[in-house]
Amino acid sequence: MPHIDLPEEYPGIRSLFVYQPETAAPLCHLAQVLLHDPHPTLTAGERELIASYVSNLNTCKFCTATHSAIAKHQLGSDLSLVKHVLADPETAPISDKLRALLKIAAKVQTGGKNVLSEDIETARSEGATDIEIHDTVLIAAAFCMYNRYVDGLATWQPDNEAFYDKMGEQRAREGYKPSSINFTLTEELKKS
Amino acid sequence: MAHIKLLNEELPGIVGLLNYRPETAKPLLELAETLLRGPSTLTSGEREIIAASVSWWNNCHFCHTSHAAAAAAHLNCDLSLVDEIKKGLPNTNVSDKLRALLHIAHQVQRNGKEVTAEDVAYARELGATDQEIHDTVLIAAAFCMYNRYVDGLGTWAPQANEAYKEMGERMAFVGYGKHQPA
Repeated sequence: MPHIDLPEEYPGIRSLFVYQPETAAPLCHLAQVLLHDPHPTLTAGERELIASYVSNLNTCKFCTATHSAIAKHQLGSDLSLVKHVLADPETAPISDKLRALLKIAAKVQTGGKNVLSEDIETARSEGATDIEIHDTVLIAAAFCMYNRYVDGLATWQPDNEAFYDKMGEQRAREGYKPSSINFTLTEELKKS
Repeated sequence: MAHIKLLNEELPGIVGLLNYRPETAKPLLELAETLLRGPSTLTSGEREIIAASVSWWNNCHFCHTSHAAAAAAHLNCDLSLVDEIKKGLPNTNVSDKLRALLHIAHQVQRNGKEVTAEDVAYARELGATDQEIHDTVLIAAAFCMYNRYVDGLGTWAPQANEAYKEMGERMAFVGYGKHQPA
């Protein structure tokens, strides 16, 4: 049960967005810029992989499932690739640059100061640019916020893969505009 | 020196990062403005104490000192508050409700799942409302982001507390992402 009186029909961060629209606006805007808006070099799929990887390290079920589903739909419907990245980025079939960026993201998750010059040099030697390093650090940091927000208020996090998949498909297409966040998938959940 | 080449290397902490990437600066500043200066039954001084405490637990000198200086400005007290926050406010007259909310913030800093029903019930017993519990959790979570952003990119920070006095006053009385009136 959530720690505070949240609207019951909405799961995870969505219940918090409905509860508090004033903070939902900048939180959605940040996700939109970091994950969905056009980026000079990182694809939306690569950025979603970083988001779901960090959410998994923070053990946040709702954010991991949601962003894994979005990443899947951004990356040619390949959920096994997403699961492989979460389990072991070292052996996953991704670019060495993304592997190095995920390593930076994992350092950020444990504490900003754990990112060392060597980690940055490794990413640079694999071709990472300054803006890619900047955005990787900020995506990882932002999910250390979203994950804590969702878990810290004990929001409802359903176990229903079809629900996350459907939400992921929509989010991959539409992005994080607050208007599109407000739809409800209650019917889907009731069926489960 | 920062891990990436900033546009203006003289700007400390998050200031240099906000200047580097205006697209992300906008929602980051809007969030801080809403959380710390927007309408709330918690005073801005109390909310800045939560922000500064979480930043201290995350070992982020720039965010800790600047937000503690903002709290001091709101509360019209001197910068000894910066060190007092590091010690857990043993000599400051704050409410038991705020102390209970600070405990929740500390749990969030460790991981969201650390917040227990007992932690929340205790804060409620001392008068905390749902809204205040919500705001405390989100402030603590947000500073787990800002702190990692500032430290993860290796930004520089002035050392002495006094160097943050004016910055704290500006954060308190002008706000986040707003320009000083001419």
